[in-house]
Amino acid sequence: MSSTAQTGETRRDFLYIATGTVGAVGVASVVWPFVQQLAPDAGTRAAGAPIEIDLSQIQEGQSITLKWRGAPIFVRHRTAKEIEEARADDGKSMPDPKKDAERVGVFGGKAQEQWIVVQGSCTHLGCVPVKNSGDYNGWYCPCHGSHYDSAGRIRKGPAPKNLVLPEFTFLTATSVRITAMRSAA
Amino acid sequence: MQGHSTYVPQSSFAKWLEARLPVISFMHASFVSYPTPKNLNYFWTFGGILSVMLISQIITGIVLAMHYTPHVDHAFASVEHIMRDVNFGWLIRYLHMNGAHMFFLAVYIHIFRGMYYGSYKAPREVLWILGVMIFLLMMATAFMGYVLPWGQMSLWGAVVITNLFSAIPYVGETIVTFLWGGYAVENPTLNRFFSLHYLMPFMIFGVVILHVWALHVVGQNNPTGVDVKNLKKDTVPFTPYATVKDAFAMVCFVAFMSYFVFFQPNQLGHADNYIMADALKTPAHIVPEWYFLPFYAILRSIPDKLGGVMAMGAAVIILAFLPWLDTSKVRSANYRPAFRIFFWVFVAVTIVLGWVGSQDTAAPVIKLGDNVVMTMVGFGQILTIYYFAHFLIILPLLGLFERTEATPGSIAESVLGGGHAMPSMAAASPETKG
Repeated sequence: MSSTAQTGETRRDFLYIATGTVGAVGVASVVWPFVQQLAPDAGTRAAGAPIEIDLSQIQEGQSITLKWRGAPIFVRHRTAKEIEEARADDGKSMPDPKKDAERVGVFGGKAQEQWIVVQGSCTHLGCVPVKNSGDYNGWYCPCHGSHYDSAGRIRKGPAPKNLVLPEFTFLTATSVRITAMRSAA
Repeated sequence: MQGHSTYVPQSSFAKWLEARLPVISFMHASFVSYPTPKNLNYFWTFGGILSVMLISQIITGIVLAMHYTPHVDHAFASVEHIMRDVNFGWLIRYLHMNGAHMFFLAVYIHIFRGMYYGSYKAPREVLWILGVMIFLLMMATAFMGYVLPWGQMSLWGAVVITNLFSAIPYVGETIVTFLWGGYAVENPTLNRFFSLHYLMPFMIFGVVILHVWALHVVGQNNPTGVDVKNLKKDTVPFTPYATVKDAFAMVCFVAFMSYFVFFQPNQLGHADNYIMADALKTPAHIVPEWYFLPFYAILRSIPDKLGGVMAMGAAVIILAFLPWLDTSKVRSANYRPAFRIFFWVFVAVTIVLGWVGSQDTAAPVIKLGDNVVMTMVGFGQILTIYYFAHFLIILPLLGLFERTEATPGSIAESVLGGGHAMPSMAAASPETKG
C-alpha cells in the first residue's frame, strides 16, 4: 500500500478514470432513448401527414371544424361584410396586432380574404373556442373568456396571441393543403 | 426522541431475529414506546388518517387497474364496465374516487394544523419541506388519475394543465410535445399518465417514510408549541395512548367518507366527466376538482400566461419557505393573538379563492347599478395579493412587532394547570384534555 500510493499515478487511478468515463458515456447514451420514447411515435407522425381541404363545399358565412393531428382546425368562409368589419378594425389596439390582410392566404397573386384558416386552439390554455360567438363576431373561448374576431385575432381576454395560422398553401382557388401546425409563440 | 425502546426480546425466535435484523425493536421504538406529547389534540390524528388514506388509495387503485383499459377507445367504457359488471366494482371505484377527495381534505387540515401551531419551525423544517414534497406529488397523482376515466373533464383538464408548460420560454412547446407524445392530448398521453399514476403513490410512500423518520428524529410538536422538557412528565408512550386516539379518529373519518361513498358518491365530482372525451368540443365551464380551485383561481387572476403559471407554482412552493418567512420565536398560535387573527383570515382567503376558482371569470362580484365595479377576476386578484402578502409581508413583520403571550413552562404545566404534576393524573390526562 505505502510504496505504490506514493508513486502518483497508479493502475487504480487509471481504472477509476476509465471506468468513470465509460460509465458516464454509457449512462448518457441510455438516457437519450428513454427521453426520445416520450416524443411522438412513427404511427402518430404518419397519421399527421399533410391534408387537403376542399373549400367548394363550404358556403359563404359558414365555418367548419376539422380534426387534424388530434386538434381542431377552423375554416371560415367570410362574407363581404365580415371582411369589411375586420379590415375596419385594423387600427384598433390589440394584444397581438396584425392587419386582416396578414391573416389570409394568397393564390395566383391574389389575397383569398374570404377564407380564414386557423388552428382551433385558444392560445391561452388550448381549449376549443366556440364559433360565431363573442363580442367580435368571431370565436369565443368558454374556458377563460377570450374573444377572437372573424380573422381569429385576439381582441379581449387572457389569451396572449391570435389564433395560430397553420402552415398552408392554396393548391387551387377552392383547395387548401395544410402541412404543419405552428406554435403560438 | 429516538431510541427509547424498552423492548427486550423474549422468545428464542425474537432473539434470533433481533441479532440479525432488529426490526422488532425498531417498530417498538417507533410505534409503541415512542414518546408523544400528552397534550396532543385531535388535529394531530390526521397524520395517521393520511397514512390510512394512502394505503387505501393504493389498494383500491391496484384493484381498479386490473379492470381498467388505458386506451382512448376503451378507457371510458372500461370505467363503466367497472361500475356495472365487475363485482363490487362500483364500491371500489367510489372508494378510490371519494378517497382522493378525502385524502385532500385530510391533507389540508393537516397543513393548516401545522401552520396554526407553528409545526414548521426549527427543528422541524426538513419535516415540513418533505410534507410540501408529498403535497406536490399528491397533486400530480390526483391530476393524472383524473385523466384516466377519459371523460370531458379528464381530457380538457389535461389539455389546460399540460398547456401550462408551454408558458416556459424557449423550451415550453417541446416539453408539451414530450408530455403528450403527440400533437395533442391523445392515446399516448393517456397511456403514460396511467403508468405514472400507478408509479407516483409509491413515490409518495417513499417520501412519507422520510417524513415519519424526520418526525421521529425531532419529535412531535404539540398545541403549546413548547418543547418536551421532561420525557416522564410531558409525554406518554405512543401505544396505547396515541394508537387508540388515532384509531378512533380514523374510524370517525372513514364513517364520514362512507357517507359520500354510499349516499353522495358523485357529489364532489363533476357531471361532465360522465360524457366521453371529445377533442372538438370544450365543456362550457372547465373546473378542476375542488382541491385545486384556490390554485386555479390564482392562475386565472394573472392576465399574463407565464405570470399566471409562475404565481400558481409559487403559491405551493412558498409553503416550503414558511419556516424562514415566519420570524416569530413562538410556535403556537395559542400564544400569538395577532397571528391567530391573520391565520383565520388566511384560511378564509384560501376558501374564498376556491370559490372564485369555481366561478366564471367574467361574473360580476360588485355592481353599482348597471356598472360592474368588480368581476371575479378582479376579486381573485385581490385575494391572490393577500395570499402572497400573508407569507411575504405579514408573517415576517408579525414576528418582529407582535406582543406574544407567555407560554407555559412545560407541557405538563399546561395540562395540569400549574407546576405540580401528579403521576396518576398525568397518565389519565391525554383523553380528557385532548
